[in-house]
Amino acid sequence: MSIEIDFRHSLGNATFEVAFNVQRPGITVLFGPSGSGKTTTVNVLAGLLKPRQGRIVLGERIVLDTTRGIFVKPRKRNIGYVFQDARLFPHMTVHENLRFGWKRSGRQADANAFTRIVKLLDIQEVLDRRPSRLSGGERSRVALGRALLCSPVLLLLDEPLAALDMARRAEILPYLERLHVEARLPIIYVTHSLDELSRLADQIVLLNAGRVTRQAAAAELLSDLAFSDLTGISPYGAVIETRIAEQRTADGLTLLAFEGGGLLVPAVDGPIGAILRVRARAEDVLLAREAPLHISANNVLPARVTGIRLGAASQADVQLSCGSARLIARITQASLGRLGIADGQQLFAIVKSVRIDLRGENTQPIVPGCNGIPE
Amino acid sequence: MSTLPAGWVLTPVEYDALLLSLRIAMAGVLSMMPFALLAAVPLARRRFVGKSFVEGLLLLPLVLPPVVVGYLLLITFGTHEPLGAWLLQHFDLQFAFSWKGAALASGLTTFPLQLRAIRLSLEGVDLRLVEAAETLGAGPLDKFFAITLPLAIPGIISGAITAFAAALGEFGAIITFVSNIPGETQTLPLAIYSALQQPGGEHEAARLATLSALLALAGVMLAQVVDRRIRDRLSS
Repeated sequence: MSIEIDFRHSLGNATFEVAFNVQRPGITVLFGPSGSGKTTTVNVLAGLLKPRQGRIVLGERIVLDTTRGIFVKPRKRNIGYVFQDARLFPHMTVHENLRFGWKRSGRQADANAFTRIVKLLDIQEVLDRRPSRLSGGERSRVALGRALLCSPVLLLLDEPLAALDMARRAEILPYLERLHVEARLPIIYVTHSLDELSRLADQIVLLNAGRVTRQAAAAELLSDLAFSDLTGISPYGAVIETRIAEQRTADGLTLLAFEGGGLLVPAVDGPIGAILRVRARAEDVLLAREAPLHISANNVLPARVTGIRLGAASQADVQLSCGSARLIARITQASLGRLGIADGQQLFAIVKSVRIDLRGENTQPIVPGCNGIPE
Repeated sequence: MSTLPAGWVLTPVEYDALLLSLRIAMAGVLSMMPFALLAAVPLARRRFVGKSFVEGLLLLPLVLPPVVVGYLLLITFGTHEPLGAWLLQHFDLQFAFSWKGAALASGLTTFPLQLRAIRLSLEGVDLRLVEAAETLGAGPLDKFFAITLPLAIPGIISGAITAFAAALGEFGAIITFVSNIPGETQTLPLAIYSALQQPGGEHEAARLATLSALLALAGVMLAQVVDRRIRDRLSS
């Protein structure tokens, strides 16, 4: 389902002029500093905020068009919203919270969906508890389940991890990845964490001061030297979509292939052909003029320099392309000069370590009716 | 009971006055509760022209001399007044000189207490939860009954108990509206008044006054306990 949004609104002194569209399912991350309009945008999408001017189309359905006086109420939009502060109903048990949207979704919901979602989010044990007796992580998961169970056509997640400490975040992220894989519905995810961005985003919409400064695929933007100009944050490095090509069980390694290259990583479970996202931070990529012969790193990739950007504090980002993949190596300006690195040059990129995230297609959607078109 | 000293046992007259007081206060508070709820919702959640006037009007029974409230009831619900006659004819409902009138009088004078408690607890309900309910498909009435009302219940109940304790003490409005009829409208305060009117009734008045004080104290304490209990259960 495609999503188109275009609105203008002012709140106090701030004005928002936001327009972007989502053509494919997957996670679209709204990324930007506080006050850039991320939450305003999801509130407009959900219908909790009626903008002065605007138009929103979800698939075939126009839910907002101020020129034609169309404003569909939040409860009729079929959008699941996971709030930053979970907002579980304190007077209901987890079970009752989960059933709240499910009962009201007005669809012939598949009875197994409840069990599937409860299982996906690992909340079987806490169904009879009240929200006050849940941990922060459990609360986030229940909020996620509650939103999923109302059979949304679109899921909005407004900094669902912001209220959690680092350990709890690490606990939730795998669920979000599973959700991405299994839910098969478009997700709009608000965050200002580069880690969540690099881990979860398929597409990125950059917001700054109420405007969209850039919309691009995650793999493209996270390895774009212009990222730091747009956000004030150094680009992450590389995000590469790979498939499992070979299991080298004897060495305990897995070969992940992408167009024009491959990476050897510690064994990853999964069938040949399974899609995995591999991330490499710019700090974890080294450069060499000649192919190093005796080196402990497993991954030495021939690569061509496609851009150089001098950063603050004596560092430099070197953008490289290797087949279909794009990498960034963060080195010192001294090394840059010593190696005489120039645009277009052929080099070797040594990838010290990578992070691997679950991706890929699953056979069954977990959300009842999520592929349907709303009435 | 026989083991208690004779002075500790209530006489049948005192016992009747106690039961009657409880019944009248209970009926008064409960019958006013729906009206208090209806009035509290717009006061808590909406802005409208003349809001402070409406609010003032609804809180008036709190500051009006009870005698005035009784008088107003008398000229509205008396059997010879249009409304009173109509109610009697069509619903067989008579307030004048009946315990129902006493209930109405005590319910009305304590109406502002209920209204304030309900209004405050409705205002205390987190609107973000109501918003969440809306994104989950709940309409206006649904949101109110599924989210707002249950979350406001602690305040509503403790407000009702406070109003009940206050209604037990209503004197002026009752005696003006429905007179002082033993077994029908003679609540504890009216019984105390009657006792004081009789020569040598001081002892009886003191007994009844002690009973009243204990009852009021129990009511206020109960309101606090209930409020805390329910709040604990709901806290997140």
